Amino acid sequence: MESYASSVRGNLSKAFELANTQVFRRAAAPKSYTDLLGRKLFLALLTVQGLGAFALITLGVILKKFNVARSVMQPRIRHEINRAGVALLPMFFFIALALGFLVVGQTISALAQVGATNYLGSTMVIVIVRELGPLLTAVLVLARVGTANVIELGTARALGEVEALEALGIDPVHYLIVPRVIGIALGIFSLTIYLILGALASGYLFAFLQDVPLTPGDYFKQIAEALNWLDFALLALKTLAFGFFIAIVTCYHGLAQPLRLEDVSSVAVRAVTQGVIVCVLLDAVFIVIYLVT
Amino acid sequence: MSETTFIPAVVEMCDAHITTLRDTTLAVLENVDWSVLPGEFWVVAGQPQSGKSDLLMTAAGLLLPARGSCRVFGCETNAFGEAQLAERLRVGLVFAGGQLFNQLTVVENVALPLRYQKNLSTAEVAHDVEVLLEMLELTPFADRTPTNLAAQWRSRAALARALILKPELLLLDNPLAGLGTRSRQWLLPFLDQLWRGHEWFGGQPITLVATADDLRSWRHPARKFAVLDEKKFSALGAWSAVEAARRHAVKELLAEPASAIM
Repeated sequence: MESYASSVRGNLSKAFELANTQVFRRAAAPKSYTDLLGRKLFLALLTVQGLGAFALITLGVILKKFNVARSVMQPRIRHEINRAGVALLPMFFFIALALGFLVVGQTISALAQVGATNYLGSTMVIVIVRELGPLLTAVLVLARVGTANVIELGTARALGEVEALEALGIDPVHYLIVPRVIGIALGIFSLTIYLILGALASGYLFAFLQDVPLTPGDYFKQIAEALNWLDFALLALKTLAFGFFIAIVTCYHGLAQPLRLEDVSSVAVRAVTQGVIVCVLLDAVFIVIYLVT
Repeated sequence: MSETTFIPAVVEMCDAHITTLRDTTLAVLENVDWSVLPGEFWVVAGQPQSGKSDLLMTAAGLLLPARGSCRVFGCETNAFGEAQLAERLRVGLVFAGGQLFNQLTVVENVALPLRYQKNLSTAEVAHDVEVLLEMLELTPFADRTPTNLAAQWRSRAALARALILKPELLLLDNPLAGLGTRSRQWLLPFLDQLWRGHEWFGGQPITLVATADDLRSWRHPARKFAVLDEKKFSALGAWSAVEAARRHAVKELLAEPASAIM
């Protein structure tokens, strides 16, 4: 009887060769915890390897084919910006209001109660501008657009549309991935700015309704004084990085691996989980940058 | 003294092991030696799962042989990359299910290859697309998405999409599958016209390779035939050779379907 370890060894070269984690996922469940741990580790390594390669390929295609087929690609990019940005504005208006009322407004009144309104600016910049704004935007776009990406691309892959593109001499990464990467990156960047502005404004409105003794001039002056050039630069970099990697993770799971139609739903769940993990890891990297600088 | 002229093959497979898209390490056909010359019309027949689609995908450069070589217009498909795009575009492939892009309408599907490859706007390709849709009787369905089309029109739209770039070699994966009598009666003479020289190609003949799971509809003295059976590719030659073949696999492909006998 073949042991689990030998079956894994047998499939290992194939899995690395294809960058295909499905080989492991479809294998029989391991019987011991150490085998399970090993399997999870291999899967994590394969995923990192696959995502890294896919990100580099996509970056290469973006740079190399920037001017290729512009008449086809520009409308596609506009469509993706609309889908990952403009179409989400009403939802983000609501989220900004909620964030302002729930977090900013309460923080302002709490600080006012203890006479610590001097710390308002730096608190708002750390909580809203640096952390909550970008991360919340990224997670919401991942949920709304990222899942749709995996399902669309996974279905296209399972129905053979990718091979059809290749047969027509159209690079699937250029045609399917590049517009999504640009759309999601610019979408998250713009939505984060709207979310931050909306949350700060609605937060003040909430505080004003609670009769907190703070004029709008003082409030926005404090925030403006707490911001420095690094906040603007890192906010732009962070949101674009969130967008790039969310698009890469969701497109990778939808497109880069051979799928069957029945795999699409489970792959969508996995992509969202990995998308959240990637966002949190990126956020940690940016926290380190803030701390160092 | 007679001089023999060397005609370069359009497709040349030497000792090729044909793999599948699902598992590129598994050979569905072994030791394929096949040469398609310009202007030939080949019909490759085999039972379902015999490797017909994989053979066509290999000939189109979408799959690499696990062993041996495959050359298309003299260019090794292993080397097919951006630099060889011009060679790749000389080959048109029509998939069995059409594999149209479901998000696009029929007219957008047909226009896409031309717009992408030549960086043209919708208005600039409108005339060519219109002519092609008219030719394939697809004009009434131009604004429908593939999911709202019957299978026969989907396969015609896929044929239109492959023809828009005017390929010199047209590969058709089981084009008669699922077609009714009227559609078959339209498609076979149309393919014949393409092969002999259609006005769309300025009267120039093209090379055709079609796969089939029933040979009877393809009977024609000028066509060449091959059979796939038990991982083997066997080139039979002309129709007379098909009729004379005693192999069980060939007889099966010529036999009446069970439903017709009952």
